[in-house]
Amino acid sequence: MKNEARLMQGNEACVKGALDVGMRFFAGYPITPSTEIAELCAEKLPLVNGKFIQMEDEIGSMAAVIGASLTGKKAMTATSGPGFSLKQENIGFASFTEIPCVIVNVQRGGPSTGLPTSPSQGDVMQAKWGTHCDHPIIALSPSSVEETYYTTIKAFNLSEQYRTPVILLMDEVVGHMREKVILPNIEDLEIIDRKKPDPKNHKPYYPYDDSVDDSVPPLAAYGEGYRFHVSGLTHDKTGFPTTNPDIAEKLMNRLIGKIENNKDKILDYSTEYLNDADVVIFSYGSTARSAQRAVRLAREEGIKAGWVKTVVLWPFPEKLIDEICAKSKTIIVPEMNMGQLVLEVERIVAGRAKVERINKANGQLITPNEILDKIREVK
Amino acid sequence: MDRIEIRLSGSGGQGLILAGIILAEAAILDGKNSVQTQSYGPEARGGASRAEVIISNGNIDYPKVTEPDIFLALTKEAVAKYLGDVKKGGKLIIDDSIELNDFILEDLKLYQIPIIKTAREKVGNEIAANIVALGAITGITEIVSQESIIKAVLDRVPAETIELNNKALHEGFKLIK
Amino acid sequence: MRPHLEKYFRMNKLPHIWCPGCGHGIILGSLIRAIDNLDLDQDNICIVSGIGCSSRAPGYMNFDTLHTTHGRALAFATGIKLSKPELKVIVITGDGDCAAIGGNHLIHAARRNIDLTTIVFNNNIYGMTNGQYSPMTPKGAFASTAPYGNIDRNFDLCKLAVAAGATFVARGTVYHTNQLIKLIEEALMHKGFSLVDAVSICPTYFGRKNELSSPIEMLKWQREHAISVNAAEKLSPDKLKDKFLIGKFYASQEPEYTEEYGRLIEKAQKQVLKQKKEGE
Repeated sequence: MKNEARLMQGNEACVKGALDVGMRFFAGYPITPSTEIAELCAEKLPLVNGKFIQMEDEIGSMAAVIGASLTGKKAMTATSGPGFSLKQENIGFASFTEIPCVIVNVQRGGPSTGLPTSPSQGDVMQAKWGTHCDHPIIALSPSSVEETYYTTIKAFNLSEQYRTPVILLMDEVVGHMREKVILPNIEDLEIIDRKKPDPKNHKPYYPYDDSVDDSVPPLAAYGEGYRFHVSGLTHDKTGFPTTNPDIAEKLMNRLIGKIENNKDKILDYSTEYLNDADVVIFSYGSTARSAQRAVRLAREEGIKAGWVKTVVLWPFPEKLIDEICAKSKTIIVPEMNMGQLVLEVERIVAGRAKVERINKANGQLITPNEILDKIREVK
Repeated sequence: MDRIEIRLSGSGGQGLILAGIILAEAAILDGKNSVQTQSYGPEARGGASRAEVIISNGNIDYPKVTEPDIFLALTKEAVAKYLGDVKKGGKLIIDDSIELNDFILEDLKLYQIPIIKTAREKVGNEIAANIVALGAITGITEIVSQESIIKAVLDRVPAETIELNNKALHEGFKLIK
Repeated sequence: MRPHLEKYFRMNKLPHIWCPGCGHGIILGSLIRAIDNLDLDQDNICIVSGIGCSSRAPGYMNFDTLHTTHGRALAFATGIKLSKPELKVIVITGDGDCAAIGGNHLIHAARRNIDLTTIVFNNNIYGMTNGQYSPMTPKGAFASTAPYGNIDRNFDLCKLAVAAGATFVARGTVYHTNQLIKLIEEALMHKGFSLVDAVSICPTYFGRKNELSSPIEMLKWQREHAISVNAAEKLSPDKLKDKFLIGKFYASQEPEYTEEYGRLIEKAQKQVLKQKKEGE
């Protein structure tokens, strides 16, 4: 049974989704346009015996979230461009030490202080490569309020399932708009919790045991008697530092593999009119809505246009691009940045289709007409 | 396409974002889809402010208003800034305190009515102008039902202001020319 | 090592990485003895560190341990403690880690009066990176990045902690080990934010550059220059000129952060319950 329809803001839907999936710790620092997320967490978490803390800075809030997750709680932080930059070192720590957590980034215009109250999609590459060196990461990007609710839940589920930080890339439009949503009952949600060690089978407990089938070792919580060590240094299965190149290589392969090898389970995208499309708009986030409108308008004009909206940006849906290349001549990638995810599209297309860009980094949403013009131009 | 775009504009502090939220909620009560967005300046009060609502029976893809079918303005600055966007044949609902001689209003249906004055004199508080405006929009355009807008207003406003806002809404209904 | 203390160590991780003559082992030993003297529940203790020589200590300690990023130990520890207040959370940090890159977390953890015990392994230098000056390197001292002498003024970390709101602040040295153990015990028993500035020695980098060629000389220097807070009260400023103070500087009882949060939860839930009843 579904609940009544109601008007909800995107940032509010994020908090609602997080609470419904079991988030019980939030640490953050005030920054536009994500602040409503912190404010709502401050109000709602105490009501479910959860904890909220406004830390002294962005770095500290990322640290506190990782600490809380190590006590077994589902933990989240929320920020925007400048704060996302500051959090990167500790995001890398969480990724390497495999501590589940969710980082919300309500993207705003930039670089630097930029356009704090305007949208952008400028952090797509930072989400993937923001912290130093190779590391596993998952990044999701919702395009509506209702999708924000479900994508937040998905972010926690993936984070818990794969023991990895998950980045929820919202943007100012999605974060601030209010829209009709019909939310499910919590009992109907799929909620995934991290695998825990079995006290009978896991003594001694190896927090980075690489012999497990799915490459994701169980994670104990502090205070449960396992007395385990977590370190940002390259570590062996016990968690203690090592400089052995074979162990370092094996660890890196497992970390990258646990996401890459499970891509098919992680990916999430929607399509419209793809079967006979000559021109495909490959889109994500709020831009996907402009793209959807443009494609519908193009179809009214008799142009064979198709639409893709991907919710999962990282890992990137390579196979989907292969499928599009097999049928369509042109792929248009509209982005509120100067060309980021299009680089990945171009890499995979590798000359099999024409790739066209629409870029806008002036704080304004790309309009359906701008995309429609491009469709008419390339058809 | 079944998609009505509404832009509510004036100055910051006139409660237009709240009015937009209430209008979007009324549409949901009518069983329709709605999206509400807004543009921000850094200032919390003063300055030009606008709230936008899209109402549709179907799915709303692009969430921003580009060509309003309905345009409300409570300040001259807002008229100057946004009038050019209004769709041909669109409805202008403009406070009667605004001098319109400087503007070209061809192909538009003008309703110039005393929104702020009604709030001040009949409701007794200028702050209720946003709710008077909602009443007027509902009366003139029937974009949402009276029943739903009444419920939406009363659900949103603080308990101690229910009477005032209820009166403001009903005075707004009466402003149809 | 005394056999009864072995259970507190990950014996297979020893020997440690610290240089011969380093004072850090004495501080670690003092902390372990304090834990043992107080008979604290080993499974209920979580030890968090940052980056640096000091911060390798948790790797040798048989507890739940977390070796974090540079300067951030207190922020990680804040997350752990707030999320699970029943844990006893101890932070091991160095002078660079907590007074420079982590200075902001130090003053804010102190301000909140969150129940963390912070032991600063203070060797007045960045040892792990080969001896650069830290905010605790005395003015005039030499370091690899102060080849002409350090012109920075150094912090008095204890005064800083008191001013920021810490409710237990003490300083000890690796020479005065019995006192150090007692101070750490008191810090561990204190409810609220406690800090022990444990003055260590780094013969490899600080000593070599500052004409203190052996660990023994450095320990002797500590013996000759440290004055207890109580003794200092009776001495003239003249006699205190080249001395530093050790002992307990400050202790007070103030509301503790996680307990305050517990009360906030009760208040919030009552308030919402009341609103619901009024709405009905």
